[in-house]
Amino acid sequence: MRKSKALLFEMSHAGRQGYSLPSCDVPEKPVDELLPRKLQRCEPLDLPELSEGEIIRHYTGLSTRNFGVDTGFYPLGSCTMKYNPKINEEAAVLPGFAYLHPCQPEETTQGALELLYNMEQDLIELTGMDRFTLQPAAGAHGELTGLMVIQAYHRQRGDYKRNKVLIPLSAHGTNPATVSMTGCEVIQVPGDERGLVDLKALKAVIDGTISALMLTNPSTLGLFEEEIEAIAKAVHEAGGLLYYDGANMNANMGYTRPGDMGFDVVHLNIHKTLSTPHGGGGPGGGPVGVKECLIPFLPVPLIDKKGEGFCFNYDLPESIGKVHSFYGNFGVIIKAYTYMRMMGAEGLKQASTDAVLNANYLMNLLKKTYHLPYDRTCKHEFVLSARREKKKGAGAGDIAKALLDRGFHPPTVYFPLIVEEALMIEPTETETKETLDAFAGAMEDIAKEINEDAEKVIHGPYHTVVGRLDEVRAARNPILRWNKEQQL
Amino acid sequence: MKYNIVDDLWYTEKHEWARREGNTAVIGLSDYAQDKLGEIVFVELPEIGAEVEAGKGSAVIESVKAVTDLYAPIDGTVVEVNEELIDRPEAINSDPYGAGWVYKIEIKDEGQLSALMDRQAYEKYVIGEEEK
Amino acid sequence: MGGKHYLPLTDQDRREMLAAIGVGSVEDLFSDIPAAVRLKNNLNLPPAMSESEVIGHLNNLASKNRHFQNSVSFLGAGIYDHFIPSIIKHVTGRSEFYTAYTPYQPEVSQGVLQAIFEYQTMICQLTGMDVSNASMYDGGTAVAEGAIMGCGATRRSKVIVSRSVNPYYRAVLRSYFHSRGLTLEEIPLKGGHTDRAALEKTLGDDVATVVLQQPNFFGLVEDMEGVADLIHGHKAVFVVSADPISLPLLQTPAEYGADIVVGEGQGLGVAVSFGGPVLGIIAARDKFVRQMPGRIAGETVDSEGNRGFVLTLQTREQHIRREKAASNICSNEALIALAASVYMAAMGPQGMREVAGQCLQKAAYAREKITALDGYATVFPGINFKEFAVTVPGDSAELNRKLIEKNILGGVDLAVFYPELKNTMLFAVTEKRTREEIDTLVRELEGWK
Repeated sequence: MRKSKALLFEMSHAGRQGYSLPSCDVPEKPVDELLPRKLQRCEPLDLPELSEGEIIRHYTGLSTRNFGVDTGFYPLGSCTMKYNPKINEEAAVLPGFAYLHPCQPEETTQGALELLYNMEQDLIELTGMDRFTLQPAAGAHGELTGLMVIQAYHRQRGDYKRNKVLIPLSAHGTNPATVSMTGCEVIQVPGDERGLVDLKALKAVIDGTISALMLTNPSTLGLFEEEIEAIAKAVHEAGGLLYYDGANMNANMGYTRPGDMGFDVVHLNIHKTLSTPHGGGGPGGGPVGVKECLIPFLPVPLIDKKGEGFCFNYDLPESIGKVHSFYGNFGVIIKAYTYMRMMGAEGLKQASTDAVLNANYLMNLLKKTYHLPYDRTCKHEFVLSARREKKKGAGAGDIAKALLDRGFHPPTVYFPLIVEEALMIEPTETETKETLDAFAGAMEDIAKEINEDAEKVIHGPYHTVVGRLDEVRAARNPILRWNKEQQL
Repeated sequence: MKYNIVDDLWYTEKHEWARREGNTAVIGLSDYAQDKLGEIVFVELPEIGAEVEAGKGSAVIESVKAVTDLYAPIDGTVVEVNEELIDRPEAINSDPYGAGWVYKIEIKDEGQLSALMDRQAYEKYVIGEEEK
Repeated sequence: MGGKHYLPLTDQDRREMLAAIGVGSVEDLFSDIPAAVRLKNNLNLPPAMSESEVIGHLNNLASKNRHFQNSVSFLGAGIYDHFIPSIIKHVTGRSEFYTAYTPYQPEVSQGVLQAIFEYQTMICQLTGMDVSNASMYDGGTAVAEGAIMGCGATRRSKVIVSRSVNPYYRAVLRSYFHSRGLTLEEIPLKGGHTDRAALEKTLGDDVATVVLQQPNFFGLVEDMEGVADLIHGHKAVFVVSADPISLPLLQTPAEYGADIVVGEGQGLGVAVSFGGPVLGIIAARDKFVRQMPGRIAGETVDSEGNRGFVLTLQTREQHIRREKAASNICSNEALIALAASVYMAAMGPQGMREVAGQCLQKAAYAREKITALDGYATVFPGINFKEFAVTVPGDSAELNRKLIEKNILGGVDLAVFYPELKNTMLFAVTEKRTREEIDTLVRELEGWK
């Protein structure tokens, strides 16, 4: 039986309490004496009143209405939903890490600085860059940091005319949005029939006003840009720089490095490639690595080795400044560091190997049933098109809902934009062959159902805690908070 | 034809329409465009008095998962906007040539209007788009 | 090889899968990488560790740090040692929450979506605002994005910020603004508060946003009377960076006329973790919702009329609006927002008022005791909430070193941010500090020099 779940506010009973605090043990003064009446809050504070047990049941109930990697297969393309090792979680909550204040004197945080320093060294080796900042708190935040660094580099050279950034049509939405945040203009680069960057078209738009080219390699189609050297050469010759969006780095570990491909700036999504959980939307981590010539522009502070110890280095006069109040998502960095230390060089390479093997295996199973617009060896992910199914009445979004009924999290749908009715599938290396076979079976089953009764498919899902939700209603009449007056 | 394309309107390649009313023109989105966008949830109207330029963005139309600029078919000064759309953006879906009009401008150059597509030309154009 | 327990494929599996694909070896799957960019050697990384080895290594690193469990903290500057109810880790530790991605498929993400909706509601209740988003990275980025919202709403490009706003946040604001080509002007201090006359002088019809902080960086409660009228008189947007822990007690930003509230939410039951992950708060009046960055959850119904929740107003966001998006933010701090929700639900109105009240009382007690000592004095007279600045008889860094010997993490050295404030320290006293801890600090300060 489907049922909506009460909100905390609807369960509230005046007088219930979910906390325990010690009583105030300093001599108290009347509040009005410490804080004049006119500076005090008049508005009532309408938070819920609940006992601890009720709160736990509420959230336990909510958790059962949620699907995570621990629940089942989650082949969300470009999101690298691999298994999140449990040891990561334990590492991040060690008291020496979790209860560390960012303003403590350096000599009291040597262990943390050493970890950050080690992490930087590991990332330098993984990517072939020269230095990293760990400050960006997410992939998009890393993109912003990286482009800020590139802009600062051009400006420092007196090169103020570089205000255009090239982006392939298949790029993540964060790429163009980031470009706008740095006051630059987006120039779209078309793809060719192989699904790769069209080198000729690229050369045609390159001129002296190009600041950078942003590229994901493998691309969002899961295809390796084979002409990367020529692309890099063309951009560099025009005085532009190359930015590597690390969203798809899970295909490359131990095989190829952005630094060796000619990229000048790279961000990694450690919540993808390096196994830290995504938290239902965050926190993530988006460290940014750069080549030598860009080090002076990195955010402050860098972490340097000083004698036997480690220190913050704020002495970067050309730095772009700060992009995070402190040092980024330290807790997330600990998890990624733990993962890298557990895996080692061989383990990381095997992870990429199996990620690519799983993707190719699944692609081969699914292309028998679904249209595969770019039929060549893929890397860690591939993109199907549900255009044939759409003609029969049910598209990519409907297939996604049908997968929910079969116990799978759907792939990314309607992205990349260059593929009609796109289904972008990334199985990751942590899935078994049996899981992939079962998923392929479900996909075949859905295709069959669309052939027989598309109408049924477009009204799914049928077995989830709620049915298909009305997104149009939500957008037309936004209800963005609970209100006493508006109770259903 | 699946789409309703009516007489007495001028159409653009970006699927806007313009209807002449004296020295003003009423501007809206064609049936084909509203169908492609899906259920419209929000319209950002231009300000009265704003100068719009042919081919440039003049209003923004949003569905749940898409945003499109409404490009001005011709140059002009906005004299009236359809405030009904603030509360009922779906009027563009249900009645694109009537209640779903977006804004009205004072015409600057008569010639621009007749350079647009008429019903027959636009029908042909839409058929071409559909076959792509 | 390390990490084998995360990699389920056996050699037998791999052989079968390669055969199914129709290639001879995994090498064939990587043949599209040009030889020139192929890595010739293995990565030179430290050798793989077992689970017990890695925990041993991390324990070793962690043990080199001082922290709140072996030292008493009077550090603040935006990040505080507040009480964290035990219940929080049990909720955020549910892996259906923490191993999920952004809730793109609402039918299997009702848990996270409803939790976000409840979070948004509680942030609105706390701040008096109409809408909240699902979170930003931290206080600094929330301030920057709040200021940018004002630019979007007014189509102006100049922002003014008081020097009494947290210097870490101002640093982030500066980077964001510099890169975007927007103008930033700072309002000087007057006795540790925003100089009202200077604000009036700087305000003009070219100003998009004014950013103030309450309580300000020095822990002072600023007089906001008339500020909103002043700002709105120029059709500019009033952004306040607020400490959510203070809001149960202090006039809400809505009450004194703010348009947008931003802030650092770490105090709401979140571990300090060396400054991250923490929680950026952003809430606003209804009319700014289209300028709001990031995810927003909204209520709707399903095909059978049941209430449910979805991500909504997504056309503001990067994955749809691309270069015209309000912001580039994608991943946020969802799990931290969940922690803050559990905190607010557990503390309730009474608990939150009690926390704020104890902060006020304990900080007042500590300030009185410390400033009564020889050589110590209040820097800025005024009304303090949980932090206060004092001059100390000597070098702050040296004093801190001495305090550490006594297992005390002393105050923040203000000269780092305000060169004119030599030998001054900012002490934070939360509800967690006991009278005994405060008295010990006072004794150690007294004994110094």
